[in-house]
Amino acid sequence: MTTGTETPARRPRSWLREHSEIGVSVLLLLLGVLVLTDALTMDVDITQRGPVGPRTVPVVVGIALLLVAVLLAADVLRGGRGEAEGGEDIDLSEPSDWRTVLLLAGVFLGNAVLIDPLGFPISGALLFWGSAYALGSRHYDRDPLIAAGLSLLTFFVFNNLLGVPLPGGPLMEVL
Amino acid sequence: MDSLNSLLDGFGTALTPINLLWAAIGVLLGTAIGVLPGIGPAMAVALLLPVTYGLEPTGAFIMFAGIYYGAMFGGSTTSILLNTPGESAAVVAAIEGNPMAKAGRGAQALAAAAIGHFAGGMIGTILLVALAPTVASLAVDIGAPDYFAIMVLAFIAVTSVLGSSRIRGAASLLIGLTIGLVGLDQMTGQQRLTFGSLQLADGIDVVIVAVGLFAIGEALWVAAHLRRAVAEPIPVGRPWLGKADVKRTWKSWLRGPLIGFPFGAIPAGGAEIPTFLSYVTEKRLSRHKEEFGKGAIEGVAGPESAASASAAGTLVSMLTLGLPTTAVAAVMLAAFQQYGIQPGPLLFEREPDLVWGLIASLFVGMVLLLLLNLPLAPLWAKLLRIPRPYLYAGILFFAAVGAYAVGGEALDLVILLVIGLIGFGMRRYGLPVLPAVIGVILGPAAEQQLRRALQISDGSVTGLVNTPFSVTVYAVIVILLAWPWLKKVVMRGRRNVSV
Repeated sequence: MTTGTETPARRPRSWLREHSEIGVSVLLLLLGVLVLTDALTMDVDITQRGPVGPRTVPVVVGIALLLVAVLLAADVLRGGRGEAEGGEDIDLSEPSDWRTVLLLAGVFLGNAVLIDPLGFPISGALLFWGSAYALGSRHYDRDPLIAAGLSLLTFFVFNNLLGVPLPGGPLMEVL
Repeated sequence: MDSLNSLLDGFGTALTPINLLWAAIGVLLGTAIGVLPGIGPAMAVALLLPVTYGLEPTGAFIMFAGIYYGAMFGGSTTSILLNTPGESAAVVAAIEGNPMAKAGRGAQALAAAAIGHFAGGMIGTILLVALAPTVASLAVDIGAPDYFAIMVLAFIAVTSVLGSSRIRGAASLLIGLTIGLVGLDQMTGQQRLTFGSLQLADGIDVVIVAVGLFAIGEALWVAAHLRRAVAEPIPVGRPWLGKADVKRTWKSWLRGPLIGFPFGAIPAGGAEIPTFLSYVTEKRLSRHKEEFGKGAIEGVAGPESAASASAAGTLVSMLTLGLPTTAVAAVMLAAFQQYGIQPGPLLFEREPDLVWGLIASLFVGMVLLLLLNLPLAPLWAKLLRIPRPYLYAGILFFAAVGAYAVGGEALDLVILLVIGLIGFGMRRYGLPVLPAVIGVILGPAAEQQLRRALQISDGSVTGLVNTPFSVTVYAVIVILLAWPWLKKVVMRGRRNVSV
């Protein structure tokens, strides 16, 4: 089944770029292989109770993944396109801004690394400020203040009022 | 009259000062988050889930119900004032609501939507009270093969009814099922897809999957395509309705739930189809057909009422069968699982205080919504002006809070980011997100029912189809699968007749 528009490319682009959705198919294929390998290398001997063991469902899912990967590739080669999702703040006429996405992913990863040693108030503030910066906000006076305020407020509301523990880190020990 | 008594007890639970407070906070938070552009109800409830972690279950679900209804209401405010619906169900509200706002009738559009939500929610919840205990008592007798059939139906429906491509829906579902496989096998304790990692042996928490796909995926996707010139919201005053408007809309408010409620209860994509059907119905029945497309108030009132009632319908299948039919219900089911509560036919027997308190709080929440939102609407409209960098930075920030709060593990944040990147890729290539979430949540349960059914039948496949109920469900599945071909045949038949 094909979907989306099959309009010819306005500008000549390389074949691969035009068919980048094949990449999804490849990923699904790899995932299928991974699931099947994991299922078939599982040692099931005495643990199995009943006719259907822990292997059955992963094997079915793995085979289905391979099948869908092939069907999707066929669909893409016949000109089918997945429609990119629109939205309120989304402008699909511009090409993807990879720099922003990578920066955001980096900032987010930074938070994961820093949350335990530095505590949530500091790592959270860095996460907010870093994300806002990556998204194009350049108010060097206002942004850090908003980030620090939001982070501290969230920490107190969750940790002290709602009973959801967050790591305070060295900052909270000092205060 | 048994359920009436239970409902009265429920009001006893819902109207205690502390639960009233949770309901009010939930409604306010839900509306505030739902109004924010780019945040639909599913993302709103996923982001706000951690707020309820510290509460006991009853309080948590009362707050959660408020968040749900608040977020739905907030979403329609965004469509009317910005003309950029955050989710498919709000598209219809924008078709008529935005022209009304442009013509200076924004206040009336908001009022028609608010009262529509109230009417639809009230009628829907009354139907829920009337039907849910019956459905639950019928469902008590159904066994493993029936559950498995229902879950297969949910999988098929969510991949073939939603979205434009079945292959892409199936791919999404399989991604979800794979994520659901990670961890220890529930029946034998066998490690699956854990790669020797202790943390993965616990499985990937559903909340992390939901927040990753809905919040992180969306924020990254928007970040890659952020609109530089942000649409200006239309300024609006306090919502009100004149006599002439009420005369035009009261029937629409009452008609909406009749369409919305049944569609909410079946796995057919939630409010999307019923809002559209309601819109078409209102257009056909209206005496002001020429106004449609240019700001007909019935076109706001009917669909909004239908959307709200479909939310109540969703709760019927969620509470009585444990079957989530929409993304929001899926997140809600995840919330139940957090507390070790399994929604299903036994829920009404095992946790009557919780269920009836929750249902009563739906009524309370709707009254609060109407009382708070009509006067606060101009304030909510101000939220639409939030600078986009802050909005999406805030989404990432709260997603991180929520994922960390699940287990206090920094590794969860990394998993969250990976799932967020998967969500990003899915949006890029048009894979719908809902099938994946349904797969993660229902996958493990479906496997368990399948294995239970086959254990009982001693491995014979007939054990899956040995009840009338399961046979009926499989028949429905076959019809769903064959629908594209059936449609073609029917169309061809019609053409032949007309020729």
